Amino acid sequence: MSMPISGVSTAGPAGPAGPEPATGAPAGPAAPPATRALSRMARAVRSNRKATVGAVLLGIFILVGLFPGLIAHDNPNADAYAPRLGISTAHLLGTTAYGQDMFAQVIWGTRNVLIIAFVAGLATTGIAVLVGVAAAYLGGLWDGSLSLFTDVLLVIPIFPLLIVIAAYLHGGTTIVLILVITVTSWSYTARQLRSQALSLRNRDFLAAARVRGERRLYIIVVEVIPTMTSLLVACFLTNALYAVLFASSLQFIGLGDPNTVSWGTMLYWAQNNAALQTGQPMWAIAPGACIAVLGAAFALLNYAFDEIGNPALRSVRRTRVKRAG
Amino acid sequence: MSSVRADADPQPPGARGQAGPVLAVRDLSVAYAMDRGAVLAVDRVSFELYPGEFLGIVGESGCGKSTLLFAIAQLLASPAAVIGGSVDFKGVNLVGMTDSRLTAVRWRDMSVVMQSAMNALNPVKSIGSQFKDAMKAHGVTSADEIAGRSAEVLRMVGIDPVHLKSFPHQLSGGMRQRSMIAMALLFTPDLVIMDEPTSALDVVAQRSLMVQIKNLQAELGFAVIFVTHDMSLVSHFSQRLMVMYAGQVAEWGATRSVFDTPRHPYSIGLMDAFPSIKGERVPLTGIPGRPPDLSRRQQGCWFAPRCPQVMAVCTETNPDLYPVRDALVRCLLYAAGADGAGADRAGADGKAGGD
Amino acid sequence: MDEPLLRTDRLTRHFKIGSALSRRTLHAVDDVSMAIGAREIVALAGESGSGKTTIARLLAKLYQPTSGEIYFAGRPLSSIRSRTDLLRYRGEVPVVFQDPFSATNPVFRASHGILRALTLHRPELSRQQRYDEAQRAFEAVGLAPAAEIMQRYPHELSGGQRQRVGFAQALAMRPKLILADEPVSMLDVSIRIGLLNVMADLRDKQGVSVLYITHDIASARYVADRLIVMYAGHIAEAGPVEEVLARPRHPYTQLLLSAVPDPRAELHVTEETDKGEPPRVIDPTPGCRFRWRCPLAIDECHSVTPPLRELVPGHSAACHVARADAATVAFR
Repeated sequence: MSMPISGVSTAGPAGPAGPEPATGAPAGPAAPPATRALSRMARAVRSNRKATVGAVLLGIFILVGLFPGLIAHDNPNADAYAPRLGISTAHLLGTTAYGQDMFAQVIWGTRNVLIIAFVAGLATTGIAVLVGVAAAYLGGLWDGSLSLFTDVLLVIPIFPLLIVIAAYLHGGTTIVLILVITVTSWSYTARQLRSQALSLRNRDFLAAARVRGERRLYIIVVEVIPTMTSLLVACFLTNALYAVLFASSLQFIGLGDPNTVSWGTMLYWAQNNAALQTGQPMWAIAPGACIAVLGAAFALLNYAFDEIGNPALRSVRRTRVKRAG
Repeated sequence: MSSVRADADPQPPGARGQAGPVLAVRDLSVAYAMDRGAVLAVDRVSFELYPGEFLGIVGESGCGKSTLLFAIAQLLASPAAVIGGSVDFKGVNLVGMTDSRLTAVRWRDMSVVMQSAMNALNPVKSIGSQFKDAMKAHGVTSADEIAGRSAEVLRMVGIDPVHLKSFPHQLSGGMRQRSMIAMALLFTPDLVIMDEPTSALDVVAQRSLMVQIKNLQAELGFAVIFVTHDMSLVSHFSQRLMVMYAGQVAEWGATRSVFDTPRHPYSIGLMDAFPSIKGERVPLTGIPGRPPDLSRRQQGCWFAPRCPQVMAVCTETNPDLYPVRDALVRCLLYAAGADGAGADRAGADGKAGGD
Repeated sequence: MDEPLLRTDRLTRHFKIGSALSRRTLHAVDDVSMAIGAREIVALAGESGSGKTTIARLLAKLYQPTSGEIYFAGRPLSSIRSRTDLLRYRGEVPVVFQDPFSATNPVFRASHGILRALTLHRPELSRQQRYDEAQRAFEAVGLAPAAEIMQRYPHELSGGQRQRVGFAQALAMRPKLILADEPVSMLDVSIRIGLLNVMADLRDKQGVSVLYITHDIASARYVADRLIVMYAGHIAEAGPVEEVLARPRHPYTQLLLSAVPDPRAELHVTEETDKGEPPRVIDPTPGCRFRWRCPLAIDECHSVTPPLRELVPGHSAACHVARADAATVAFR
């Protein structure tokens, strides 16, 4: 065996020559990877200016969605006022052709849009994870059939499909919209996640888990998916963004429930009343701008996760290094 | 800082009688700009290389040898940058040269062989068309000349010219490395820089590649800088050897001298880490601890935390390179001409040379 | 003679290559019969393509053999059917992988793998006992202070430390045989010796056997008791390590030894340095697979595949030309 030279032991790189006595209590199970991943994400968002802006915007929308009554005091549905009023202190955005307060409509509509964004976003990503990662890890016939299924759905153009299904269901309440969007959108993300999972498949830690005796389901859920968290969050944000756009589009062309208070339905009614031509531009601009800004918020947030996935994109705040010559 | 002449140093072909060195590196320093501050990856490295000489640069991961190579070849990319010193190639300082002027030098007079041929060769182009690209980029237009020279360099490295039509994935690892070397020799450069060209190869292919390089060097007279972590590999092929640690030159001298009587405790430790297939089977210890984190600048010698011969003064004073007979050693054991004392200590640890 | 700990009998593994139309097979491992005893380190050496990694995967039950059988403690592996039996085998024959940077899941702490291994293989332990066992294993491989290192994440550990974690994980399962697939080849040279010493320690102090797969003959000599040299899917030579290195009988072993750079030895650079590389064995014909590179090849070598013959007790070689009484001299 090796002999220590002048007191320096060959035991590992730690300083002390021998192991220290162990402290009694176990550290317990390792801090769940979820909390660690969350803190990593929070750090990424804070350090990236674009993402911080996106986070702030999204935060504002969420607050509005949670407490609409505090901000807008009018009932959005009540035809209580004189129609077609311009901007004033009483009506921050004016009133619609039906005498409804537009500001209240925009504020209350936030809730509907956010619900669609988050629920559809989560559902889409969830299905994509199950199908994509399972296909990659199980391989063989599973991969073949799941991929075929995914690819077929992928090839069908989403928007026409959305229209067809929504029309078939005679226009939709929020739930129907969410369902329709989820069913048509998951395939793209599933493909992405499958590629990522495939690239992980040959990593030794998965073979190590298998050789340790873990079951396949355990490996997929505990070993593979946590290493993909930042990609999953990025996918969620993208899906949420598209959910907002698709939902608003469907509502705009009349396939949503016209009685719901939402930005898309505002656009629908604005269109029906030729708002832009008859001097009520706010009716179209206000909800349109909100859709754009919410979409931008999701897109900006996504920058932080791009960087986690690809460190080369990080804009490091560099110390100046003076070049010679 | 002058380089060292070993008394027993054999004259390399293309002798020193000629005017001046092919490459003179003086106090070259490279820093990386990181979040926490600038990290000095190469710290004031100096050496001279004469025509036909074979220089081995040895060190482990993180020692700065690859960064040094890239700095010499002017291939550094942000966030790394040369922050001091000069690289005189045939009398002209390359540091700070514009890309257009560098292109004249690159490949014609100085070429680079990368570590992994699969990373350096274009996987969708045949070997022949890659040679053609290289030659066209340097102004050779005649198709005959291109074909002729391509076949010639492949033959020089022992590959049948029929492989000009092959794609990189169709060749074995050894053949790919050889074609990289052939490409580096297209314009018979004066200096060929090699970054671990054999690390992806098996031991037999490795050996035959080294012999090939040596023969080509004898025939064509170019100088070679060979970077590797495998000390035993260069031991038979290089005239001079530089051991790097933490971005600095730890020991530097004639190969045989560094091998037979290593003086820096890191060199001694490194020599000790190679089990031998001949002779007695003895227990070895390697070097405890791990390479330092260069972003945490500290006082004193970088190797002090792991050094079996560490003294109190080692954590206070930064050692310079001190001459010890025919070598330069960055170790306080040899400071102030403590020639004899240091050498005896080194000998006492079982690495006695011809004492 | 006692039943060895692990024994293979004409183990073979082929892979189909090419498209569905072409019926070509790659012979990764052919007819390998080898044995590993208790408390010994056997080095399996060879170049890439020699089949050594495939053998590791076969022994780890990551691949199924095309033909032939593997016996562990007398029981054939093909008779393992239930999950309990398979789990028990995996606990007795764990694997340490080559790449320390990809063998640990970056999302979990260093203690994750070993605690999972203990949960699966030693379910009788309580949580506190598992933690203590894990600590003991970390200390046994030289990771100290164990409690602190167990809390670190893989990116906070060096390559050498991560490999030690791999050995600790294997050790925690109370194995009989550890399959170490090139465990040091991706580590810095000065760190390798430490890991090799860990393996020797495991044999001496814990009584564990190790199958050490490597392409580096020098490290094989340093740590192993016996050496098996593989070439192109066959065993070329096998025997006690000092004996094989001092008196190699197979020309390929000679070639390998002559190519190993040894700074302390003189270099003999001959004109005809072998330029060849190990073949990819696709649909081979009978005959010795080394015959194209062998300076001693005779007619028989081209038509008859040489069997592995015991030339001297304990020392066998698969070569028609090899003799029991004298060393073969093919390469200097």
